[in-house]
Amino acid sequence: MWQITMITNQNSSQPTPLNKGNAQNQVNQPNKKSKRKKKYTPHGLNGFPNLLMNILLGSFSIMCIFPFLYVIVISLTDEKTLARNGYQLLPEIWSFEAYRYLWQMKDQLLQSYTITIVVTVLGTLVSVIMISLYAYAISRKQFKYRGFFTFIAFFTMLFSGGLIPFYIVATQFLHLRNSIWALILPLAMNAFYILIMRTFFQRSVPESILESARIDGASELRIFVKIVAPLSLPGLATIALFSTLGYWNDWFNALLFIDEPHLVPLQSMLMKIENNIEFLRQNSLAGGIQNDLLSAIPQDAAKMAMVVISTLPIAIAYPFFQKYFVSGLTIGGVKE
Amino acid sequence: MNRIKSFFQDVYKNRVWLLMVLPGTIWLLLFSYLPMFGTVIAFKNFRYDPNGFFASILNSEWVAFENFKFLFNTNDAWIITRNTVLYNLVFIVVGLILAVFVAIVLSELANKRLSKIYQTGMLFPHFLSWVVVSYFVFTFLSVDRGLLNNILLWFGVEDPISWYNEAKYWPVIIVLTSMWKGVGYGSIVYLAAIVGIDKNYYEAAMIDGANKWQQIRNITIPMITPLIVILTILNVGRIFSADFGLFFQVPRDSGPLYSVTNVIDTYVYRGITTMGDISMSTAAGLYQSIVGFALVMLTNYLVQKVDKEYALF
Repeated sequence: MWQITMITNQNSSQPTPLNKGNAQNQVNQPNKKSKRKKKYTPHGLNGFPNLLMNILLGSFSIMCIFPFLYVIVISLTDEKTLARNGYQLLPEIWSFEAYRYLWQMKDQLLQSYTITIVVTVLGTLVSVIMISLYAYAISRKQFKYRGFFTFIAFFTMLFSGGLIPFYIVATQFLHLRNSIWALILPLAMNAFYILIMRTFFQRSVPESILESARIDGASELRIFVKIVAPLSLPGLATIALFSTLGYWNDWFNALLFIDEPHLVPLQSMLMKIENNIEFLRQNSLAGGIQNDLLSAIPQDAAKMAMVVISTLPIAIAYPFFQKYFVSGLTIGGVKE
Repeated sequence: MNRIKSFFQDVYKNRVWLLMVLPGTIWLLLFSYLPMFGTVIAFKNFRYDPNGFFASILNSEWVAFENFKFLFNTNDAWIITRNTVLYNLVFIVVGLILAVFVAIVLSELANKRLSKIYQTGMLFPHFLSWVVVSYFVFTFLSVDRGLLNNILLWFGVEDPISWYNEAKYWPVIIVLTSMWKGVGYGSIVYLAAIVGIDKNYYEAAMIDGANKWQQIRNITIPMITPLIVILTILNVGRIFSADFGLFFQVPRDSGPLYSVTNVIDTYVYRGITTMGDISMSTAAGLYQSIVGFALVMLTNYLVQKVDKEYALF
């Protein structure tokens, strides 16, 4: 039950049928305290099926985490050991050499980190503002043209011009090539999020509150900032989370539009070093490294260390944002 | 005259709302509707014009359906269509079964704390980029160092398998990777719906003596059917568009694998990078969009015929 309330209490403050059910459970189970009966839960699986399902799901969730741990282990393996034994689960010789190497090459790394962080923060801000304003307007009955604007957003979910016209518009018309906006703008709007937010506004912002504010003479924009936004914080947080992740993990726009090393974001740099760890060296100012030392570079371990470094922020933040994420998934609400 | 006047009055009355949708509308015009207009280059022989976007489009020579003819005369059109559709069909069916199964099990597990931990684990891959996932896959499939070849060696298989050169394994690898990344997310969407079902239904069923399986079949599944239908319509509509990252990053753009990993999206992308035939790639993209659009409309129409409640619009 604990986990269930975790999920629903994000949705809205209104009492859901589920909470009612929860209360009833407790009423219906006066025996809950006796030890023998505690194991029997009328709402859950029992006995052998429960064990089997636990093993099944347990091993699947371990499989989901395993590759990340594996990559960490590889990044901590001595390069010669890697060459001799391959990627082992428990390496013969551990080594921090890969991370030491990355530290020497930190110029490009820090640059990419900065780009990714700037793009993520700026992009999330831009997209949350654009999406929530748009969604709020089309969620209000007073807005005469809301049908039209809902349609033009919705239609983009059904039909798109395709990659190449988009690419040509972005490069030839908007001149986004090798500009940081090429990493921000293409991901700023998303029809799906607009529809999610519209439904959210319709449900969680009652017209009556707005009416009283209007009578007091507040302007619509002021109402939006002072009343609507605080009321819709869970929804806004969800959209912000979606777009933060979208920006952090984006490599596609960099692949299309970015050639200059100083604009390459983290994910895109990961792609570049896939074939060429040299990319790091070329673009770092640490020129003191001679060519003959190149052969001593911990190639594989350094690549894996890069993977670890770029994934670690997500892995660390993940347990904290997971519950907000889950709350944003009630897609059934998109329908009018 | 009066109508124009009242139109402007309406616009003035709605000015705050219009101001709110303005940034978004500009975005939609630039990044969605202008490219839609740009698809006319599928019917032209595209040539870059230094005078910018519109000049390029207008000054390109009109060739009508030549690009499409050319595209469908190649073997590629068939291969990319087959790959895209077949993979997506498998993803839809297997993904749906796994996601619903996992969601139901998660909701039924006796120990809710464990259930929560499993969710955390299974959702994790969803937050990783395909670049990172491709490294993960590489740690398993690397010819000389990978885990799989190491395990095979341990079982006495002397010849290491060159995974990135052997097309025959890739349909399985692609599906496994896609499921690995997507099942957690899919199941949590359904779990959110299952959790919202009124517990009174289950109480009543239990009083009537329904066992777990009967409860699942007669309450849980019917209650989440609308969601299943809606998500499936959406997925069927996207059956012509593949997940670019999955098919581009995970096989590491390996040439020998193109026969089983080239999909419409990667084909179009290679149109601007390696092949250089802009117009034909646009034609391929337009073909993708139009068929996709037709499929959503068709599926939605069929669903509407069966039950209006389930239709998307």
